[in-house]
Amino acid sequence: MKKTDRWIFLVLICLIAVFPWLAQNIGAISHYVELMIFAGMFSLVCLGLSLLMGYAGQISMAQAAFFGIGAYSSGILTAHFGWNPWLAMPVGASTAAAVAWLVGIPALRLKGHYLAMATLGFGVIVHIIFNEEVDWTGGPSGMVDIPGLSIAGWKITSEMQWYYLVWGVVLVVLLFSFHLLHSRVGRALRAIHEEEVAAEAMGVPTSRYKVQIFIFGAVTAAIAGSLYTHYVTFLSPSSFNLMWSIRFVLMVMAGGMQSLWGALLGTVLLTFVGNEWLQVFADFEVVVYGAILLVVALFLPQGLISLFHRAPGARHNPVSPASDEG
Amino acid sequence: MPGTEKKSILPILELRDVRMNFGGVAALKGILHGVPEGIIQAVIGPNGAGKTTLFHCISGLLRPTSGSILFQGQEISGFVPHRIARLGISRTFQHVALFKSMTVLENVMLGRHPRTRSGFWATGFRLPGMRREERRIRESAESYLELVGLKEISHLQAGTLPLGKQKILEIARALATEPRLLLLDEPAGGLNMRETEVLGDLIQRICKYGTTVVLVEHDMNLVMDISDQILVLHYGEFLASGSPRQIKDNPAVIEAYLGES
Repeated sequence: MKKTDRWIFLVLICLIAVFPWLAQNIGAISHYVELMIFAGMFSLVCLGLSLLMGYAGQISMAQAAFFGIGAYSSGILTAHFGWNPWLAMPVGASTAAAVAWLVGIPALRLKGHYLAMATLGFGVIVHIIFNEEVDWTGGPSGMVDIPGLSIAGWKITSEMQWYYLVWGVVLVVLLFSFHLLHSRVGRALRAIHEEEVAAEAMGVPTSRYKVQIFIFGAVTAAIAGSLYTHYVTFLSPSSFNLMWSIRFVLMVMAGGMQSLWGALLGTVLLTFVGNEWLQVFADFEVVVYGAILLVVALFLPQGLISLFHRAPGARHNPVSPASDEG
Repeated sequence: MPGTEKKSILPILELRDVRMNFGGVAALKGILHGVPEGIIQAVIGPNGAGKTTLFHCISGLLRPTSGSILFQGQEISGFVPHRIARLGISRTFQHVALFKSMTVLENVMLGRHPRTRSGFWATGFRLPGMRREERRIRESAESYLELVGLKEISHLQAGTLPLGKQKILEIARALATEPRLLLLDEPAGGLNMRETEVLGDLIQRICKYGTTVVLVEHDMNLVMDISDQILVLHYGEFLASGSPRQIKDNPAVIEAYLGES
């Protein structure tokens, strides 16, 4: 981790720590704590996705499906079989990993955007399964009776506790990702992004790394899904449809693909935009998202994070990003 | 394994009737050639002779249509590039293919990839073994930069270097993979005379340290100066092979170079 990143990380920890206290004392934004819980869960999805998009140069249109696999695994195992939620969570994550591996191996061996296409189809299939397997998932009417979480006998009930739990997990994943990027594996990922052929010729197994990153993103999304399940204690398939996958991609793009800070910024910002600031648009929300994407793509191709000049963690590419062929 | 005496006679690289077709076009029409270990081998020929195609076949970027390529006696044609790199063949590219936004040092550190092992979990959780390895990667990368004379600028972004330095950096990155066989694709392309001299000197040093070098090159002065053996290709076919002296006097080679355009 670079020095500047370390400072931002420390500042972030402080901000996260004091935010609920501030919010609760200001009446108008006291419900922001709850929004931040969701933003934290979405951040888990988007951190993995930003590694995939920014470094492996691939897009996954199935993040909502992986989120859902984690959510329903936890939901089914705890509600139908009475499992401990902490046991169900790794099962959900492993399921997502196995599925990502199956989808990723053939799609990532090929050059080009086959992963985007494969995940698009896969995401739709998963959504249909959530809808149709009524015995297991409750179908379109949803699934109830999902227990909450408790740690060592302590039930996690208040929003504050949930907030700190979720953001604690986010910080761990963030730290993990930073360490990953500034290491042998991260160098390989950055090399793949810049000159894939050269990376391969220097002994980097490029498709294996792409698959690993894709699996990593699926696992963090599934963990987020499990947390979501136990927080909301109600599941409905509509939370895991294609629209949500697109939202996640937008969050990453808006914040800045090649920066973990950007992914975080984009996720928190768009969570607030979608659920709070622009609710007046209701059904036209999609249009608003489209407009945001357009503005970002045209004026800030490196994402919002590039507004913070020479933002640490954001790698500035003086050369054109079209370096796929070479 | 045969005794060490015999090993030096065994070619490190053997091309057996290597053919490469792109659709209907035959870029390589059955190349048969052996490269003895420890020499500097040049591959020359007019444009379109198939030199770069041959490099792509050896390094695994292309799979030959037919024929076999043996490296240290082992069949490698059809292997994926990263596996061939791990076996001990490294290369540079005709159009420099550095990781431009990474630093000079990071480029060479990436070259250590096939000789190191820290994986996903070890690096993400920053396990102690990984930290030690990271330190070793940095140290050996620095020593390769020292070897090629780029240590002073190791912190600069690779893309900002002048072409001459970029070409040298690419060689350092390739060396960091500890190759037994190093393929240089037009290393002197775009270099001035002074830089070419430094390059020639470096290539000879690399060979002296025990790495066999195969280079594709258009700069005939450099080729004649440093090569032990020259292979001449012409429209994908074998034209001649021999020492610089023999090639210089070969009428077929003179014909190929002077008889056209």
